[in-house]
Amino acid sequence: MTAIDGPLALGAGDEVKTRPGGVFARPSSSTTGWRSWVTTVDHKKIGIMYGAAALFFFLIGGIEALLIRLQLATPNGKLLSADLYNQVYTMHGTTMIFLVVMPIGAAFMNYLMPLQIGARDVAFPRMNALSFWVFLFGGVVLNSSWLLGGGADGGWFNYAPNNGVIFSPSHGIDFWNMGLLLTGISSLVGAVNLITTVLNMRAPGMTLMKMPVFTWMSLVTQFLLLFAIPVLTAAQFLLMFDRLFGAQFFNVEQGADPLLWEHLFWIFGHPEVYIMILPAFGVISEIIPVFARKPIFGYPFMVFSGIAIGFMGWGVWAHHMFASGVGPISVAAFSVSTMFIAVPTGVKILNWLATMWGGKLTFSAPMMYSIGLVTMFTIGGLSGVTHAVAPADTQQTDTYYIVAHFHYVLFGGALFGFVGGWYFWWPKVFGYALGERTGKINFWILLIGFNLTFGPMHILGLQGMPRRTYTYRDGYGFNLWNFVSTVGAFTIAVSFLIFFWNIYASYRKAKKAAGGKGKKLTMPADPWDARSLEWMIPSPTPVHNFDVTPTVQSLDEFWHRKYGEDEAGRLVRIAATEDVVQKGDATDVHLPSPSYYPIVLAFGLPWITWGLIYNLWFCAFGAVFVLAGIYGWIMEPSTDPSDGHSHEDDHDDDPSGDEASAADDADEPSGDAAPTEEAALVD
Amino acid sequence: MTDLTAALKEELVGHDHEHVTSTGISNEKLAMWVFLGSECLLFGGLISTFILYKTRAADGQTPHQLYDILFTSISSFVLLMSSLTMVLAVSAVQRADLRAMRGWLLTTALLGVVFISGQVYEFTEFLGEGYGFTHSPAWSAFYTLTGFHGVHVTLGIVMLLSTAALSLRGHVGSHNPESVEIVGLYWHFVDVVWVVIFTVVYLIK
Repeated sequence: MTAIDGPLALGAGDEVKTRPGGVFARPSSSTTGWRSWVTTVDHKKIGIMYGAAALFFFLIGGIEALLIRLQLATPNGKLLSADLYNQVYTMHGTTMIFLVVMPIGAAFMNYLMPLQIGARDVAFPRMNALSFWVFLFGGVVLNSSWLLGGGADGGWFNYAPNNGVIFSPSHGIDFWNMGLLLTGISSLVGAVNLITTVLNMRAPGMTLMKMPVFTWMSLVTQFLLLFAIPVLTAAQFLLMFDRLFGAQFFNVEQGADPLLWEHLFWIFGHPEVYIMILPAFGVISEIIPVFARKPIFGYPFMVFSGIAIGFMGWGVWAHHMFASGVGPISVAAFSVSTMFIAVPTGVKILNWLATMWGGKLTFSAPMMYSIGLVTMFTIGGLSGVTHAVAPADTQQTDTYYIVAHFHYVLFGGALFGFVGGWYFWWPKVFGYALGERTGKINFWILLIGFNLTFGPMHILGLQGMPRRTYTYRDGYGFNLWNFVSTVGAFTIAVSFLIFFWNIYASYRKAKKAAGGKGKKLTMPADPWDARSLEWMIPSPTPVHNFDVTPTVQSLDEFWHRKYGEDEAGRLVRIAATEDVVQKGDATDVHLPSPSYYPIVLAFGLPWITWGLIYNLWFCAFGAVFVLAGIYGWIMEPSTDPSDGHSHEDDHDDDPSGDEASAADDADEPSGDAAPTEEAALVD
Repeated sequence: MTDLTAALKEELVGHDHEHVTSTGISNEKLAMWVFLGSECLLFGGLISTFILYKTRAADGQTPHQLYDILFTSISSFVLLMSSLTMVLAVSAVQRADLRAMRGWLLTTALLGVVFISGQVYEFTEFLGEGYGFTHSPAWSAFYTLTGFHGVHVTLGIVMLLSTAALSLRGHVGSHNPESVEIVGLYWHFVDVVWVVIFTVVYLIK
């Protein structure tokens, strides 16, 4: 038995009983101010933090984009050197993908998905907080390269052997590698958590085929993350071993094959593009039915086409590699599979159009962004199909035509959907609405700026202008369209300034209307006459989400509680909205308690990564935090029994815990924690 | 004082929503299955790397020429037997026989330690002959794949010992046999992965 004294002493030493981990007092759920954010395990606060952090990184990535466009505005640009240009476009791509679009998707999923399935929180609230903090520190590690000798310079995919020390001697790629390993951990933890949540925590009656489309797309996205991230992680470990410890994975002299990196990267990288776009597809699948006042057209097709994209997304990766010599059979196979994957995407576009067809359309700001997504994504989809044709693609590879394509799908697709989602759910999250009029002006300027920026890149690309080249000479016919594109980029910047101004101005207006400082902002629960469960609770969402867990009978449950049909099949209201929505005044709900340990654990990780790059002592410093975080976490119950609520604590006092008392305790939880929850579930 | 121990028990016994999950599987168990799904792809990437690189060495000295198949077969057998003892541990806790459970958990951990010792011995031998991690792509791939598996086994041993230790304080026991089962899921997974790695790395020429 002596063999197990070690872990036992760490796990249940005497001093930790009064203060878990012996360091902090447990934060209570009544904590306010910045502490309430740092220690929160509430999926809503975590969602908001994901969104805020993503917008911050969006500013960084946006400035990098403007630098690129300024450099290319005229021939022989002098703003950036070739080396700096390489760093700026690499960091622009990496930032926008991993620190902007993915976390905005995570923000929507964290905030909305538990609400849409009628849950009180995610399955593992502290793991949710861990996901966020690890993501944030991953972003810090990636961007710390700017202060420590320069960013990565090999493109966001950092192909081998260019990513080796010989060709990229600065530490930029190490920071890139480490930062993305951390965001990968974050995504993996989040995927395990959110998949478990969707599968396990649905309200009574909510079968899979009654889940809102957004929740479905979240589930598919999380499965893609679950399986795609580890492939990138494996590739990144190989790269790390090569760069820092002298392994030979990408050393061509020793017989290594640089294509290995390309394959591993794109096996991750292609599902990744669906990871970015599917949440936005989900967002507009919620918005369009509300403003068309019709249920989503072909719900099962919507769901299954999303699942089909999820599966087929694994069979198309080599279309990124048509020019790399993978051989005619591979090229033909991946060419065909790439054309096929356009089918489920086309199904979705058709279904959105059919949802609008014959509907009573309201062109509100969220709806306009949604239509913007449908149109802009379709353009990007069409140019995507031209890449599927391998002979054409070998002409387009590494030209601005590709840049045009992926900005149409990721900016015109994902970002348009997300901005629409912000306008749509802002009242639910913050208790005030963003200005409609400003929102529409914002939309038109964004749409014009977007097309001015990326439309001309189709022409430039077909004229042969290469990507990732820091300048071009006069006389190639590139001047006009590059200048137009730069003007467009600044137009986009203006539209986002308007967006930020709209947030600020609408907030001030709402504060004034509410009666000045200190007053809590509130909105009607259901400002859009919407369909899914998150609109059935007050705005902003109360901390416990639902007073009573709803029992679900149909898809669009909330709508069906408000509306029915008369004998002639016409839509009639059967209940006033105020009678259907919950009051948000329940007081006896048992919620997970806040915790310091997720951020403590996450704080150690960047030190370990910096340590691997510079000095292993940093690793030891970081490991102390990681271990403290893990052991504190294990010792701390997810819900603190002494933390408010109507929680009766009637456990026995015997801490010695022999087998007999353990057996006595066997049925305790059901007689203890359960009653409040159980009572709440009986609707 | 008592608050914490009581709450700890509650934590380990299960959360208050455990008995109302939509699938009927507890959150913890489902999460472990989901996580193991992800692990498949991690090992998939590393196994593919090894298959691609196993003959790539500039001086022609590949790992294959140095394997001691008999030695590795024995240590593989030891690891596979540890799955049997893990099953016996789960069975014991389900019968509420905690003494037997601890015995089998420790046996499982011990078998794991034997396996890891074998790996350390093997690595040392190869290093002694001059084939280190940085020798060539083939050797880098060999050490990375088997090393990743070794780290997984080591973490599993830590989990087994912690489970046995926690059972002494009553945190793990007949009231929550599932926590032992979940550790078992991880352990069996690591074993199954070794079956694949042993076949791919050592047996296939």
